Amino acid sequence: MIGVGKAKQYANVLDKPLSRGRQEVSLSAFAFLFSELVQYNQTQVDNIAELERRLEDAGYAVGARVLELLCHREKGNRRENRLLDILLFIHSTVWKVLFGKVADSLERGTEHEDEYMISEKELLVNRFISVPKDMGAFNCGAFVAGIVRGVLENAGFPAVVTAHFVPIEGQQRPRTTILIKFAEEVLQREARFG
Amino acid sequence: MPPPTAPKSGDALFASVERVNAELFTLTYGAIVRQLLTDLEEVEEVNKQLDQMGYNIGTRLVDEFLAKSNVSRCADFKETADVIAKLGFKMFLGVTATVTNWDAEGTSCSFVLEDNPLVDFVELPDTCQGLQYCNVLSGVIRGALEMVSMKTEVTWVRDMLRGDDAYEMRVKLTKQVPEEYPYKDDD
Repeated sequence: MIGVGKAKQYANVLDKPLSRGRQEVSLSAFAFLFSELVQYNQTQVDNIAELERRLEDAGYAVGARVLELLCHREKGNRRENRLLDILLFIHSTVWKVLFGKVADSLERGTEHEDEYMISEKELLVNRFISVPKDMGAFNCGAFVAGIVRGVLENAGFPAVVTAHFVPIEGQQRPRTTILIKFAEEVLQREARFG
Repeated sequence: MPPPTAPKSGDALFASVERVNAELFTLTYGAIVRQLLTDLEEVEEVNKQLDQMGYNIGTRLVDEFLAKSNVSRCADFKETADVIAKLGFKMFLGVTATVTNWDAEGTSCSFVLEDNPLVDFVELPDTCQGLQYCNVLSGVIRGALEMVSMKTEVTWVRDMLRGDDAYEMRVKLTKQVPEEYPYKDDD
């Protein structure tokens, strides 16, 4: 019969076998959708800070789910409990799955030891975005900052995560740096681990 | 004049565009729906907003589709529907749809989706039973067709999230707007 596809019905979403994450959609489909997310949120706010906060919120929801999904699928139901390990997990595993590549760099802040930075020359979500002059330092990377915060917080590493443009010499487009500032308790716990 | 290039096959078309992991797409869409539910509260309003977002996307996406697919003008609505099902869905979502249930006049048909990347991980809670989760897709079809002079109504008739056995949307051609020549320039 026409119209009966390979999609099977499951009584419960949890009965459904977990996909292996190899499926793809076009980058444009994602870019169009992301652009709608940004445009919709623009109608809900009065200022840039609020817009970034809302994009971060949306990203947080993605991060929380990505952590659960990847711990199960890639890590055999284990999650990292050390600071550097969870950062590497984000920089490598999470980035690879979501953006198809590991992040360009992961560095520790030079001035503050509770700060870490993940940098990307051309963040996927910023590929087709140009920020109008009157929107100042607004960075759609707030969405990715939200994803990072979602992963960290749900893995037990509360942090403040923000996205910033950083100009690169000799390049027209700046790179995006995701700045992670861990909560004090995280560093204290890490110190006790030794 | 160079000979017109033949339209690409759906697979070739999908292989030729840049792609991203479908899970990023799925989860981002989920985040959008969740935000709308929080902001708008009424499920009906969320349905409307999703449809509007889809419409916005459709009006822009059709350009990219025409530019990359080498498809030339479709002779009739039947051909249009086939192109959408075999090439349109494939180029953007990597899936194909089946066109079926034509009416006698050839002005309305159904797209049945075998695979739907929007709904991975999704289950509708009791409070959201009226939610047309995939409304963005119907909006895209409506928006894209409007840009090629076809006014349509697109509705979901089957939705697996609501317990049906497939995803089926009904597309009804309501008006074919004749293209006017000379085209008026926008100022």
